[in-house]
Amino acid sequence: MKLRIANGRIINPASQLDSHHDIFISDGKIVAIADELAGFDADKTIDASGQIVCPGLIDLCARLREPGQEHTATIDSETRAAVKGGITSLCIPPDTAPVIDTPAVVELIEDRAKKAGRAMVYTIGALTQNLQGDLLSEMLALKKAGCIGISNGTRPIKNTLILRRAMEYAATLDLTIFINASDPWLQAQGCIHEGTVSTRLGLGGIPEAAETIAIARDLLLIEKTGVSAHFHNISTGKAVDMIRDAQKKGLPVTADVSPHHLHLSEHDIGNYDSLSHVLPPLRSTRDRDQLQQGLRDGVISAISSNHQPLDNDAKLGPFAETMPGISGLETMLPLTMKLVDDEELTLMQAIASLTCQPADILGIDAGRLKVGGIADLCIFDPNSHYECNPKEFISAGKNSPFTGWLFQNQVSHTIFNGKIVFSQE
Amino acid sequence: MTNNQLTDKGQLRHFLTIEGLKKPLLTEIMDRAEQFSGISTRHVKKVPLLRGKTIVNLFFENSTRTRTTFELAAKRLSADVMNLNISTSATSKGESLLDTLHNLESMHTDMFVVRHNQSGAAEFIAQHVAPHVSVINAGDGCHAHPTQAMLDMFTIRRHKGHFPDLRVAIIGDILHSRVARSQIQALSILGVGEIRVIGPKTLLPSDCETLGLHVYHDLESGLRDVDVVITLRLQLERMQGALLPSSREYFDCFGLTEEKLSFAKPDAIVMHPGPINRGVEIASAVADGPQSVILEQVTHGIAVRMAVMSMALGAQSELHEI
Repeated sequence: MKLRIANGRIINPASQLDSHHDIFISDGKIVAIADELAGFDADKTIDASGQIVCPGLIDLCARLREPGQEHTATIDSETRAAVKGGITSLCIPPDTAPVIDTPAVVELIEDRAKKAGRAMVYTIGALTQNLQGDLLSEMLALKKAGCIGISNGTRPIKNTLILRRAMEYAATLDLTIFINASDPWLQAQGCIHEGTVSTRLGLGGIPEAAETIAIARDLLLIEKTGVSAHFHNISTGKAVDMIRDAQKKGLPVTADVSPHHLHLSEHDIGNYDSLSHVLPPLRSTRDRDQLQQGLRDGVISAISSNHQPLDNDAKLGPFAETMPGISGLETMLPLTMKLVDDEELTLMQAIASLTCQPADILGIDAGRLKVGGIADLCIFDPNSHYECNPKEFISAGKNSPFTGWLFQNQVSHTIFNGKIVFSQE
Repeated sequence: MTNNQLTDKGQLRHFLTIEGLKKPLLTEIMDRAEQFSGISTRHVKKVPLLRGKTIVNLFFENSTRTRTTFELAAKRLSADVMNLNISTSATSKGESLLDTLHNLESMHTDMFVVRHNQSGAAEFIAQHVAPHVSVINAGDGCHAHPTQAMLDMFTIRRHKGHFPDLRVAIIGDILHSRVARSQIQALSILGVGEIRVIGPKTLLPSDCETLGLHVYHDLESGLRDVDVVITLRLQLERMQGALLPSSREYFDCFGLTEEKLSFAKPDAIVMHPGPINRGVEIASAVADGPQSVILEQVTHGIAVRMAVMSMALGAQSELHEI
């Protein structure tokens, strides 16, 4: 199939390109970025006038609930949601059921993703067997099966000796370790940020130190072992400072942040709004501002959805008894672009944090537009206006605190491997 | 922040928390309780204000005093009362909480009096009941216990009168106390002169000062020149989780003895939401002593709960008939 994307404004942060050209796609690859291509007879032309054309978005952390919780969501339902949000590559953390600690689980996920055929699904393998934190997983086998990195998910390894060895072993295999930093003891009693809101509502607080103590410990071991590490979903300003210092020292450390931590704070919990129940918790407005600053500085180089689809019952109950998590695939782009409208980020920075920068963290050849490269693209309309209505999400998870937010930048087309996998028409 | 406990006209529909309420409403509750308190000493201890109304005491957590006083209050208003004690272990999931609720609702109840071990449970229930049903919070987790706070305010007003002239000290486990949270809010709204909290750092919220509280870590300085001393019950499970070393050490530091009480004003009153742990947070000599108003608090609880229930069920028009 030959596809021509005409008249769009091309934003390609990898080459700092911002210009109006057409993109010519054939056999799943970009064959030209030019005004005209002689002899190219397009089967279909997308008129992207007034729209932005950028690389397909890359999401570093999305839970699709399959295998294990197919009653909540599936790879099929969630990749459908992903492409509606302009995402063409996403990574799933290992805390599926069964855990991604054997090649069989990796193959199962890749099979299902291939069958769905809408987006590239990468797996992050388990750092320890069954994520129990005591025996190393067979990391080489996982790497060979296709895992793009390894992680212990949201179950931090308590035993520092095991963590040290896991890092050493991962470093041996040149695998990046993905870390959700939290101190299990300081986190255990709480469900929201420890501060004025937790005091007012009488809810158990999770102090900032739950994140920073874990990061401090992990950074010392990263320095010692030389492993490449990526911190998922950081939530505090202090964490940004610590990672900034580590990067200055030359440690191979990167970080991402989720859109909800860039926009919301503890105050959005209001009167026990369980849709704002998420881990790590929404922090203070100061933390939120420092996370935005970290993104501007490049300390945080990626925005990831941290998508967690939940069924409605999971959010019905007294706050602490509800399940944490936000369905984020379909709001990742508009929330990121809102930072551009608010002049917190430049357009180039915003798109880079969703495309080439997460690709660099994963070490994959994606997130960039180039002749000869795979044709994964996202086309969105900066002049569109719509109100966020989670009930209309394609994702099986309608759990979003962004109901009623006014968004721009609706995705009009998503192209994966040269195929139109989503179209607004 | 939305506050759904008031109607469009600013009248009480639910009573979930003191937060966000205005001084005239708190005063109205106390004034009305004053009218009701006469009823308990009459020969016939009943008024027909809520005749034909059905009130369900929905207790997911054990309670004797609170449940009994709510029950008595409802009966003195001539309502029909049902008591349901539902162990939290059986229904700790949201869906079964809602199921329980909708089942009871379909029996045409008019009011739920709810106690639950989770903060926000009363708010959650209020969000999901039918429009004609009122919800009274009888204690939710560490969040709020508004009727307790109001009976305490009522007791303080009876003994001390004008709130702006008063210094109030609350001793003990503020961090986990729904009673303290509601008291602090009520005292602030009523414009009390000074609120002090006294306790070890493990039992105080980290941001006490930003709430306008004066923080003390010893009774001697904390009680100086205080008009009202409120001691809180120390949950004995606080020894777990390293919040305190032992109840003996707690009593040594923060137990209210006659000697410690002598630092307060000579006419200071001593209050406690009960049930008291003698020899842990309060010495028997103080609990039973001349400055103690602990049993009066219990008595006032009935009148205050009658006031709140009748207001929430919109019985204003008939009130002048009492």
